[in-house]
Amino acid sequence: MNPHKRHDEEKLASRLLQEIKGLADHPLRLMEVCGTHTIAIFRSGIRSVLTDAVDLISGPGCPVCVTPAGEIDRAIALSRRQEVILATFGDLMRVPGSSSSLQQERAEGSAIRVILSPLDAVQIAQENPDRTVVFFAVGFETTSPAIAATVKEAQRQGCANFYLLSCQRLVPPALRALLSAGKVNIDGFILPGHVSVIIGKAPYLFVADEFGIPGVITGFEPLDILEGIYMLLRQKKEGRAGIEIQYSRAVKEEGNQLAREIMGEVFVPADACWRGLGWISQSGLILREEFAAMDAARAFDLPYVEASDPQGCLCSEVLQGLRRPPDCPLFGTRCTPVEPVGACMVSSEGNCAAYYKYGGIP
Amino acid sequence: MKDRRITLSHGAGGKLSHDLVQELFLPFFANDLLRCLDDSAVIPAQSNRIAFTTDAYVVKPLFFPGGDIGRIAICGTVNDLAMAGARPVGLSASFILEEGLLMQDLERVLASMKEAAQEANVMVVAGDTKVVEHGAAQGLFITTAGIGIIPEGVDVGSARARPGDKIIVSGPLGDHEIAVLMARGEFSLHGGIESDCAPLNGLVEVMLEASQAIHSLRDPTRGGLATVLWEIANASRVGVLIDERQIPIRNEVRAVCDLLGFDPYYLANEGRLIAFVPEGEAKEVLQAMQAHPLGRQAAIIGRVVAEHSGKVLLKTPIGGHRLLDPLSGEQFPRIC
Amino acid sequence: MCLGIPGKIVSLAPTGLAAVDFSGVRREVSLMLCPEARVGDYVLVHVGFAIQRLDPEEALETLKLFDEFLEGSGESS
Repeated sequence: MNPHKRHDEEKLASRLLQEIKGLADHPLRLMEVCGTHTIAIFRSGIRSVLTDAVDLISGPGCPVCVTPAGEIDRAIALSRRQEVILATFGDLMRVPGSSSSLQQERAEGSAIRVILSPLDAVQIAQENPDRTVVFFAVGFETTSPAIAATVKEAQRQGCANFYLLSCQRLVPPALRALLSAGKVNIDGFILPGHVSVIIGKAPYLFVADEFGIPGVITGFEPLDILEGIYMLLRQKKEGRAGIEIQYSRAVKEEGNQLAREIMGEVFVPADACWRGLGWISQSGLILREEFAAMDAARAFDLPYVEASDPQGCLCSEVLQGLRRPPDCPLFGTRCTPVEPVGACMVSSEGNCAAYYKYGGIP
Repeated sequence: MKDRRITLSHGAGGKLSHDLVQELFLPFFANDLLRCLDDSAVIPAQSNRIAFTTDAYVVKPLFFPGGDIGRIAICGTVNDLAMAGARPVGLSASFILEEGLLMQDLERVLASMKEAAQEANVMVVAGDTKVVEHGAAQGLFITTAGIGIIPEGVDVGSARARPGDKIIVSGPLGDHEIAVLMARGEFSLHGGIESDCAPLNGLVEVMLEASQAIHSLRDPTRGGLATVLWEIANASRVGVLIDERQIPIRNEVRAVCDLLGFDPYYLANEGRLIAFVPEGEAKEVLQAMQAHPLGRQAAIIGRVVAEHSGKVLLKTPIGGHRLLDPLSGEQFPRIC
Repeated sequence: MCLGIPGKIVSLAPTGLAAVDFSGVRREVSLMLCPEARVGDYVLVHVGFAIQRLDPEEALETLKLFDEFLEGSGESS
């Protein structure tokens, strides 16, 4: 079922790389937006084979970037309440808040459960009728329809002890904010394959039409990524800028319309804060009025207190592809993988963490 | 025994404790040394190099496909000794029982330990039991210690790896941790994966018969393959180069890793070993392993190099490289 | 935030759930976002939901293109 996992993977990869190197007359800077791509690129060893032709920059789409310290603090505050069970995806456990993390809180005795599906949180609520179960809802458009379907299901079941703390983010507004900041130094975008399963191609068209930068919606196998890079370079070579789909086995041009409808029934866009990038207009999701009873932010007194980036931290410029990790005064001194300061180092495969780890390896 | 559950009285040291040992523990560990019921077992000295190890077992749930806490306790301790090239001579097993533990569960654990001890040809020569109140022990904890004798001419250790050594794994990785994770039911995954929990001293013996020049032996328990390779690379001050395509991993284990976002190289194993063998001896050692029931799927997965000392490089299926760091904390399932 | 794994639907349960097989491992998956999926279909699964039916013909087409690419007779697109 997966044509991109083949026994002759190395041969095919080698051919693709040949083509890529042939097309890149000067080093091109490509940004992959989604944290899943960052990890896939790391695990596949693609960085090590692309050295001169392509510079890969990790964009702001990782769990660390989309959950600023203030959001983690709110989740922590909830989890410290005796009656609360906080249900969360595992990705959030180690993301730092202002002074603690969900992992540390669990060690101190807070009821924090790692789940695989938002439906698991509803099940926990059903199994614990005397507790308040809050699902810490983090994710992009890939995840939001599933969360929306879960909210509807919880309502249908009359589950009165299930709440949502929404910290969801949208990709196209973040791309627009990145590009509108003006000083962009990105030649092409590796667009998130699974977000696109839901939203399709249309929401990205402005990247090519308004900013003249090509984008390719790419899958996550090593061959997918190499093919996506090849398609981007071909566009550059041919002087084109458009949005193409590499991941055609999963992504339809029109996306998953039903999923978007369900998402729209439950959520509405709102301004949201991103770690390292600040506030981005209409880039988050909040529950509609009909579901207000399930909104943890409304039901509990949870002010959002913004934590500012430490002085000197260049994360926002690194995330936009404007500066490299060693340019940051904190890199390697005050900010290291063991004691990270900014988002780019906190995320284990963020730009700075990756740079730190790979320094010196041929 | 008339009582169905362990009570605090069983740990008080009086008649109930005595009966517990006589009627429940002794029948499973029957041997002359233990039967003395002295405060210490006395073992005649046999060599001037003794391997000594200790471990604690707190796995939850107590029973899982392919094993249980008792089996891991015996195998884990035997394996620690075997990784030093030692022949296990005697183990101790100390039990912390939770008030309310079902006798039949305890019996099941003890029966499993007896079976594992027989497989390993080792005796449990000393033991202890304590009972703690409800909630303090999750059913049962076991602490063990083990003594083994290292034969003349055998010199294995983490600091002994040398450039040119071949790195051999004895079988597919990840079975144990995934089997336990699925048995916990937290992620509602269903499948037939069983723990690989097994005593490796027999396998190590045939390997040492094939070559006494083996440099290092480690079993990749907590932290998995990556952590073991990293520890040896640092202790021996060498670089390690692994070919990802050569590492055996079952399809079902890969599927669970895909679903949870796990990296299979950090998964715990309880019946596998990694061997660092001088280049010239690797073929003989590999053949000896493949002829043994616990080594049928043994494979050479990489080699030791002089470059990038202290670092482990993984060659990926597309021909690139990535660094394999040691495990830095618990692996959480991810959606990203 | 985008781990999606392909799996095969082996049976349908009531209330919009399906048993999906992933190389011998099974989990219950919601079809709320993909109600048209049937037994035997491959679906892309994310956080316990099928988010798209996968098209076997599209996969075969890609296989063919890759083979051609390797032979150097055409461009992959």
